[in-house]
Amino acid sequence: MNASVAKPQRKRVQAVLEHASGDKRFKILEVHMKKHQFRQDALIEVLHKAQELFGYLEDDLLLFVSVKLKLPPSRVYGVATFYHFFQLKPQGEHACVVCMGTACYVKGADKIIDAITQKHKARAGETTPDGKLSLLTARCIGACGIAPAVVYDGTVTPRATPESALEQINQWMTK
Amino acid sequence: MILNDLLQIKEKELAARKKIVLRCCMAAGCMSSDSKGVKEQLEKAVAAAGLQNEVEVRGVGCMKLCCEGPLVAADPQNALYVRVTAENAPSIIAALKGGKADAAQTDPNSAFFAKQFSIVLANSGVVDPERVESYIAADGYQALHEVLNEMTPKDVVEQMVKCGLRGRGGAGFPTGLKWGTVAKSPGAKKYVICNADEGDPGAFMDRSVLESDPHSVLEGMAIAAYAVGADQGFIYVRAEYPLAIARLQIAIKQAKQMGLLGAGIFESPFNFNVDLRIGAGAFVCGEETALMSSVEGKRGTPRPRPPFPAESGLFGCPTLLNNVETFANVPTIYRKGAEWFAGIGTEKSKGTKVFALAGKIKNTGLLEVPMGTPLRMIVEEMGGGAPDGGRIKAVQTGGPSGGCIPAQHLDTPVDYESLGKLGSIMGSGGMIVMDDSTNMVEIARFFMEFCMDESCGKCIPCRAGTVQMHHLLDKIANRQATARDLTKLEELCDLVRNTSLCGLGQTAPNPTLSTLRFFRNEYEALLQPDPYGPNGSGTSKKQTHSI
Repeated sequence: MNASVAKPQRKRVQAVLEHASGDKRFKILEVHMKKHQFRQDALIEVLHKAQELFGYLEDDLLLFVSVKLKLPPSRVYGVATFYHFFQLKPQGEHACVVCMGTACYVKGADKIIDAITQKHKARAGETTPDGKLSLLTARCIGACGIAPAVVYDGTVTPRATPESALEQINQWMTK
Repeated sequence: MILNDLLQIKEKELAARKKIVLRCCMAAGCMSSDSKGVKEQLEKAVAAAGLQNEVEVRGVGCMKLCCEGPLVAADPQNALYVRVTAENAPSIIAALKGGKADAAQTDPNSAFFAKQFSIVLANSGVVDPERVESYIAADGYQALHEVLNEMTPKDVVEQMVKCGLRGRGGAGFPTGLKWGTVAKSPGAKKYVICNADEGDPGAFMDRSVLESDPHSVLEGMAIAAYAVGADQGFIYVRAEYPLAIARLQIAIKQAKQMGLLGAGIFESPFNFNVDLRIGAGAFVCGEETALMSSVEGKRGTPRPRPPFPAESGLFGCPTLLNNVETFANVPTIYRKGAEWFAGIGTEKSKGTKVFALAGKIKNTGLLEVPMGTPLRMIVEEMGGGAPDGGRIKAVQTGGPSGGCIPAQHLDTPVDYESLGKLGSIMGSGGMIVMDDSTNMVEIARFFMEFCMDESCGKCIPCRAGTVQMHHLLDKIANRQATARDLTKLEELCDLVRNTSLCGLGQTAPNPTLSTLRFFRNEYEALLQPDPYGPNGSGTSKKQTHSI
């Protein structure tokens, strides 16, 4: 039983490592792991770096990390799925993150999400079918003084309204 | 590095100070309104006016009145400009020489600022968080020097017990007792962890402290490490705070270069290193055992206590875990003395507390007040009340673990015990003000949804209970529930509260229970008549099957 499970797995690992040798980003990731001396408790740091390099964490990438850190794939997958920050699916070209902290919520952040969902047919956590926009929510980005806050591709914007959000997204979509 | 070097840096820094200082807020809130551009333009305008030798433009941390950002303050003119744009820069420089600035101003002596008492935020908005020299000029690292050279670890713990500081993370556990327990725990290797996983939505005190004054946290951690005998520290900070992470990295690097962290600090045998650990978006990691599990690179699930982290924590070693604000208090306590600190606040809650005031209120921002300050003073005098003539309905403290304090209890003094009596908690310091337009059932549902999503799934009461409670709240909010659903909800709240493994589950029912306690009429107004009779005993003819 063990042997039959392990065999295709080994082949897959080999395929992943072969694929990795041709991609510079894997090299950078390995250097990063080396910086942490391939310590297993640096798994979350390594996954952060991997997501920064690749945009999201695909299965082969997780397998690569598990081989290099000598961790079972289940452990790596378990950690990657546990934390909200890690994305397992490709993300849209642009990301619109609406803060849903309490301060933003009482000031109408839910209305911004509703407006975007209605117009662009993507619910919170989804990407539009054309892959242009990912609509995400954040638990609280700590910018409560300027609520409601929306983050467009990493730029925090204060005092957003449904109209201002739709306008910004419109600019992306028409480009 | 010895004391003389430290004092020399301070002298040099003070001597280099120019006559006029323009402080420009460079914390995350103001930066999102382009305060970086403002600072650049101010520098250009200073150069254009040929005032380089007279005027210094300094990037500083949070200046507290976040809703009016970007903020720029001019010393010694004592002017505070609000909502500054890059175009305002030349006129602000002109105003230094008697001209008129076209940027709006606010009164720096208004109640919002005047009633504050700063210990933790004393350097916030004053020192440049990206330069260690700036912190040293504000007497930074002197407390660490004194502790390392003139006190034994036992004395340090004793002073901490004497000052009466309690954990600022929310639960209010006496810090001195915690330090003493870790110090007494046997073990060659010990750790100090700073909990900067400020997951509570609506709270941004820790972010501001890290962005505005990172060195005070590092100094506090080093003092704590000396007291308990640790040589390695971790700061667990949320990935959602990129600026705080960047500033911490700079601070750690500079402190290491100066010999204020690392091996042989102040030429004593004491070694202390600090590493950053970046969270990945899990609220439960604010719980201490879950946090340690996350630092070890695992899923952030809590484990039963005992053993407490003080005996067996990170990697099985005795571990001291305190919140950002707790550590930020430490340097000042040792510089000014335990008696001084114990003189502030109430009998059981000493010192000050930083609050993040937000929601339906005129002045949103950070404020630090002595413990025991009435809530009314915070929201009405300092916060300026509800905007647009609205009426304050309730104040929510403690986030998803806390509760709502209704307007009639606004005279409650803010301390651990008084808030607990009202069914809320001090929490980490988030304070969300709600006005008449806020629906309390919606708020309870909002927090329950949060807890449901954030439940780690390890223990059943929390994993299944939060889903069921959310379902019931949903039913009530959608006008589909009966009085029996409400009873069921209350039973479930009680069950989840008493049987969950960690703080997340134990406190998840709090927002629901506190809104039920003070705003029960809002729930009852949404209830539908029960087709099976009030007791569900089958007195109604309609009952043909059991549910």
